[in-house]
Amino acid sequence: MSAIIPAQPHRRKDGTLRAGMNDRPPAARRAMPWADALFSTLAHGAAWLTLALLAGILVSLVIGAAPAIREYGLNFLWTSEWDPVQNRYGGLVMIYGTLMTSFIALVIAVPVSFGIALFLTELSPSWLKRPLGTAIELLAAVPSIVYGMWGLLVFSPILSRFVQQPLQSAFQGVPVLGPLFSGPPVGIGLLSAGIILAIMVIPFIASVMRDVFDVTPPMLKESAYALGSTTWEVVWRVVLPYTKTGVVGGIMLGLGRALGETMAVTFVIGNFNQLHSVSLFEAANSITSALANEFGEAAAGLHQASLIYLGLVLFVITFVVLAISKLLLQQLKKREGAVT
Amino acid sequence: MSAIPAAAPMSAAEQSRRRLHLRRKRTNVVALTLALAAMAFGIFWLVWILVETVRLGVGGLSFSLFTEMTPPPQAETGGLANAIFGSLAMVTLATLLGTPIGILAGIYLAEYGQRSWLGSATRFINDILLSAPSIVIGLFIYTVVVARTQTFSAGAGVLALALIVIPVVIRTTENILALIPNALREAAYALGTPKWRVILTVTLRAARAGVITGVLLAFARIAGETAPLLFTALSNQFWTSDLSQPMASLPVTIFKFAMSPYENWQKLAWAGVFLITVGVLILNIVARTFFRNRI
Amino acid sequence: MTELQMLARASAALAIAAGTFGVSAQDMTGAGATFPAPIYAKWADAYNKATGARLNYQSVGSGAGIQQIRAKTVDFGASDMPLADDVLAKDGLMQFPTVIGGVVPVVNIKGLAPGQLKLTGQVLGDIYLGKITKWNDPALTALNPGVALPAEAISAVRRADGSGTSFIFTNYLSKTNADWKAKVGEGTAVNWPTGAGGKGNEGVAAFVQRLPNSIGYVEYAYAKQNKMTYALLKNKDGNFVPPDADNFKAAAAGADWSKTFFQVLTDQPGKEAWPISGATFILVYKAPEKPVNIANALKFFDWAYANGDKMADDLEYVPLPAAVKDLVRKSWATNIKDSAGHAIAWK
Repeated sequence: MSAIIPAQPHRRKDGTLRAGMNDRPPAARRAMPWADALFSTLAHGAAWLTLALLAGILVSLVIGAAPAIREYGLNFLWTSEWDPVQNRYGGLVMIYGTLMTSFIALVIAVPVSFGIALFLTELSPSWLKRPLGTAIELLAAVPSIVYGMWGLLVFSPILSRFVQQPLQSAFQGVPVLGPLFSGPPVGIGLLSAGIILAIMVIPFIASVMRDVFDVTPPMLKESAYALGSTTWEVVWRVVLPYTKTGVVGGIMLGLGRALGETMAVTFVIGNFNQLHSVSLFEAANSITSALANEFGEAAAGLHQASLIYLGLVLFVITFVVLAISKLLLQQLKKREGAVT
Repeated sequence: MSAIPAAAPMSAAEQSRRRLHLRRKRTNVVALTLALAAMAFGIFWLVWILVETVRLGVGGLSFSLFTEMTPPPQAETGGLANAIFGSLAMVTLATLLGTPIGILAGIYLAEYGQRSWLGSATRFINDILLSAPSIVIGLFIYTVVVARTQTFSAGAGVLALALIVIPVVIRTTENILALIPNALREAAYALGTPKWRVILTVTLRAARAGVITGVLLAFARIAGETAPLLFTALSNQFWTSDLSQPMASLPVTIFKFAMSPYENWQKLAWAGVFLITVGVLILNIVARTFFRNRI
Repeated sequence: MTELQMLARASAALAIAAGTFGVSAQDMTGAGATFPAPIYAKWADAYNKATGARLNYQSVGSGAGIQQIRAKTVDFGASDMPLADDVLAKDGLMQFPTVIGGVVPVVNIKGLAPGQLKLTGQVLGDIYLGKITKWNDPALTALNPGVALPAEAISAVRRADGSGTSFIFTNYLSKTNADWKAKVGEGTAVNWPTGAGGKGNEGVAAFVQRLPNSIGYVEYAYAKQNKMTYALLKNKDGNFVPPDADNFKAAAAGADWSKTFFQVLTDQPGKEAWPISGATFILVYKAPEKPVNIANALKFFDWAYANGDKMADDLEYVPLPAAVKDLVRKSWATNIKDSAGHAIAWK
């Protein structure tokens, strides 16, 4: 045994050292010893570049908006007058439009996504799960300009005839809901934009919900089943409370998408810078739509600065939504770590 | 012949338990039916949009779509050749520009910065950039590039699109690298491999499929983006391959044509919509199914 | 092959790919009004076929045209709203007209034929102020006895973007409706009291085509090309006239271009004059930073003046009278100079 591989390959049998050998271990032989430092610098540099990009965007937004911030301060957020002739600007109409369309989108998308996630995890036969899941995710891949075009040219006439006009005649005169459905039922306005945003946002919320439902520990569900719960009760009382932070995180993700959407909204929202009624059927404006329409012609001055101020506000709103969702998801991760 | 004993009358407690049981069963059926309806609702929209896109777009498909330039209004002939080329060129260049940065930053997050403050800050900022409204990115590039160079240019459009690619690639690269088991890395270290070599030849190679999926998804995402190009690359009714000039792109051309009242423009717009949708969907399906098994 | 070799090969390929994107001369970029966009597109197409030079005109609205030429991101800007002479002097710009056209009100009412509906400036202003809300309002039925106007709400459509067409329209409304002048005024972008906003003349036309019982205002080429239902207007002399090239010409007849090119042609006297006519203008720098591009642009407009009249007629634009074209060419020679002070050679 010892003849094949000697115990000390650098010594002869009589104890002398072989030629060229010594007792020290071989020196580290590395080609390109500087490569590690270079690669590490590149990787760190890329991370710093990402930070710099965001900082650059924020700085350029703040600098661009500075004239408007100086002129209006925070009053910009609740002034609704937008008058390019008199050079007086207030962002309330756009901010309201953005928030309202996103709210309508969530009101529709959250229950539907919940239903889809429930179906995919509990009801669907396993051979159908993958294709249906992919189909829902494909909704997310459709470019937003397709939604906009389809929304204006195909959807809005149908919405006008089969939804808005019946709703208007049904609720005419009803105290609270009546004014909500007044206004011209022509398929353009807050409601149309909200519905199209809902369709765009459903795949995001549904896939997060489905992923989160899937990783619920089977033991929890089986314990509930063992006690005689129905499927609905298991989902509603066991899975949902367990996954609620992940679900809220997914909803925030969808909300972030809805807030920043430009093309789908600008086709159907009507681009109207006034807020004189609460009706959902009225034309309105959103921050992204106002930017798309007016930025090219805004004179460098208060008009352009006000538009950039709006962009900054949108950035901040998205940031807040994201921060809340990350906090919630962090809580979920901590809880997962605690459960064994 | 043994008689089945008549059922004993139910006590009040049994009756209420039975009622409760029936109610719970009913709720269950209602809820599950609603879930099925929700699924059908979601699929319905997808099918409707795809069917309309195909129906309205297929009619405009022809060889001339790929060989002729965007026409003036009410012209008889015309195609989308310059817009298709412009889109392909700008999207490809933006992906080529953004992918190395994204992969490097993803490598940093997964290999170097798991616990450092720079790592957490970069992760957070990356998520902000990921959800940033794309029009704000376009405005940023307008202020920094277009206003400075005093020309709308395809190069500015490429920069704006690259800014959208980078966060997507960072997120997918980091996620996939984090999934690679540490045992693989440690085996390589044990053989004396330097860190950079471990990352490039072992970890990244193992994660190859996932990283390519991420790049393909980023490519598909920016192929459909309109807003960042509105104020950077503008558009061009002629063919150009000059990066310092405005260049046509499919989404911006569709935007312009779709809102117009001219029939020939609207037909071209739907054909363009069909092209983009089919291209993006195919890319997504390929990325998800083909590479899913190679991870 | 080592990683470094692969990296080197990839960068070489990238460099070659980027290098295929070359620079070409004779490309000019202009942006601005949607009012003349149909005729500019036709001219650019014909010019490209004749000479191979490419004039890239993007119709983004007069407001954007003015802003972008001020920012120097385009070679020339196009605007239906002429800038005042002192504003021009301050910015170092000069403007010259290219064609004359008309803004027409278009409606979408079932059963109504083009030219059936009669309107006045007062009534139009009241509609856009929101004072007249239904089609069967007494003010409208009084003007149109015998025309079946529905008892439906009026959906007004106007421009969402900064528009010279809006300027011409609101200028006319200010001249004929005192309430409008007091409450809203004129400009490329005003505080519209009502109405959904379409982007560009195309957007307004598209909205009016799709929304029943709507009214909008577009340049006549858009109304004609899309066979829309236009209305007759009462002009200053009291006649209800239809929009067509002859009536635009009649409105422009009284304009004196020799002193200044700043001419607004709304509500002009004349038996057949169309009340909402206007010229459209090109804005260029007097001392351009890229004289080659301006020379090419001037060459294009010179060619268009010489060869583009028939195309303009086909689209119901009015080409400038020959005398005015000469005035324009003279003003190019006197005003536009390169850095050495010589007039730009566009011939």
